Amino acid sequence: MTDQSGIDTLQYLSGQTARHVRLQLASPSEIVNPLLFFLLVVILFPLGLGPDPERLALMAPGILWVVALLANLMICMRLFVDDFEDGSLEQLAMASTPLALSVIPQLLAAWMTGGLVLSLAAPLFGMMLGLPVSAVPVLVASLLMGTAIMLLLGAVGAALTVGVRRGGILLALLILPLYIPVLIAGTRALDEALHSGDPVVALAFLGAGVTGGLLLAPLAIAAGLRVSLEL
Amino acid sequence: MQFDSFAAAVTMGGHGGFVWAAYAITSVVILVMIVRPVLSTRSMQDTIQREFERKQAHEKDAS
Amino acid sequence: MWRIIHQFGSPPWVYRFCDRVIPWLLPLTAVALIVGSAWGLLFAPTDYKQGDSYRIIYIHVPAAVVSLAGYYIMAFAGLVSLVWRIKLADLAMRAAAPIGAAFTAVALITGAIWGKPTWGAWWVWDARVTSMLILFFLYVGVIALFEAYDNKTIAARACAILSLVGTVNIPIIYKSVDWWYSLHQPASIKFTGSSAIDASMLYPLLGMIVAFYALFALLMMLNLKQSLTSEYAQSNWLIKRITT
Repeated sequence: MTDQSGIDTLQYLSGQTARHVRLQLASPSEIVNPLLFFLLVVILFPLGLGPDPERLALMAPGILWVVALLANLMICMRLFVDDFEDGSLEQLAMASTPLALSVIPQLLAAWMTGGLVLSLAAPLFGMMLGLPVSAVPVLVASLLMGTAIMLLLGAVGAALTVGVRRGGILLALLILPLYIPVLIAGTRALDEALHSGDPVVALAFLGAGVTGGLLLAPLAIAAGLRVSLEL
Repeated sequence: MQFDSFAAAVTMGGHGGFVWAAYAITSVVILVMIVRPVLSTRSMQDTIQREFERKQAHEKDAS
Repeated sequence: MWRIIHQFGSPPWVYRFCDRVIPWLLPLTAVALIVGSAWGLLFAPTDYKQGDSYRIIYIHVPAAVVSLAGYYIMAFAGLVSLVWRIKLADLAMRAAAPIGAAFTAVALITGAIWGKPTWGAWWVWDARVTSMLILFFLYVGVIALFEAYDNKTIAARACAILSLVGTVNIPIIYKSVDWWYSLHQPASIKFTGSSAIDASMLYPLLGMIVAFYALFALLMMLNLKQSLTSEYAQSNWLIKRITT
């Protein structure tokens, strides 16, 4: 492999990512819907638990992370559906570029319009639940990494269920158990930040998850897509 | 033997109900898991056997 | 070596193998389970702290051990079926999933029954119980994915990928649940197993674990034989074997 082809790969990845982001921006409802869902569920908790600010602040890490997890699940349900139905996924799988590589731009674009937006909006929802401002950096950092891991894991499930009728609930059954370590580490980081502890261990755990996920998940996603495409 | 009498083994110092229920449920699950494939295999084998005999009788009639 | 692999890939050979082993394995497993249970129920000493309720350990722990091993066996069969496209590996994977799920359910149910006299509640969010529950859902996921596809060859490939992803994640899930539990452990139910279990209690436990492994093997063979019979109902070798 020469330097030239390395640059080509990078160019290919960034070009494809930009294309996918533009495609996502063309239908803004797909970006806004998970956010609205996040907001609505956050509103439900004070209504269900009572407006006591202290109790809400105590539960805020868990609430925020569970809702972020569910919003992420929503994003994953849409992930490959359109490309599968219009046949562009099959084109991608037939192309000379390895599928494990060519799905990465799509995942990156999905994260930028999904997880990234969610993480940046989360401080607002945190404030509504009485989360102190001092915990906001940890909230954003943990969500940035957590949504990336959850997207990678969710994409494996989405790849396996995209060809199945009524795959949505099946997808939830497949990937929610796999999300548990992310949930534990994410809420742990926030709890530590809230009680003036050290969130670094939990954040490092998430960082390791992103690295491992980026290395392994594309292979599983590509294999899953090939199964769904019956190639 | 840990227990002096049959009654002591049944009650197990007040925990008997829990212990025996756990063993009973497990036994039922194990039995069902063993019996189900055995019965289903046997019925499929019977079908194959009957099919085979029917075909043989048919061939005899033809010749 | 290659000959053995080749034989395990041959349906008639495996069918004959099951036919020959089951008549031995079935009574052996039954005797092992009965002797082990009687030993644990009647002859092992009473625990000085928990009383007799601890006797549930002799089915709870073996079921938990075998259910975890069962997931790895299922994933291994999945790997073999993905790499070498061996039909038998598909069938083995398909057989392992419901058996493993059933063992996990047994571990959960006996755990709940054990929890009531020990912790005073049917369900406690203990690290091991929680991990077992997650394992149960991992099994259910594989079964549900298999059922979702009409084409069973493709279903088996999808399940193989899912179970391999699960295999990578299980250690992480178990570690993180341990971590979560160690941080939230309520003081009232601090119960850290028996750190030094006496030999008179340990031997029946080891015996039961072996018996449960034998049971798993037996169930695998019974299910394999069943799926071979339905898969190859039209094949000459099977018809010949059954009718003679």
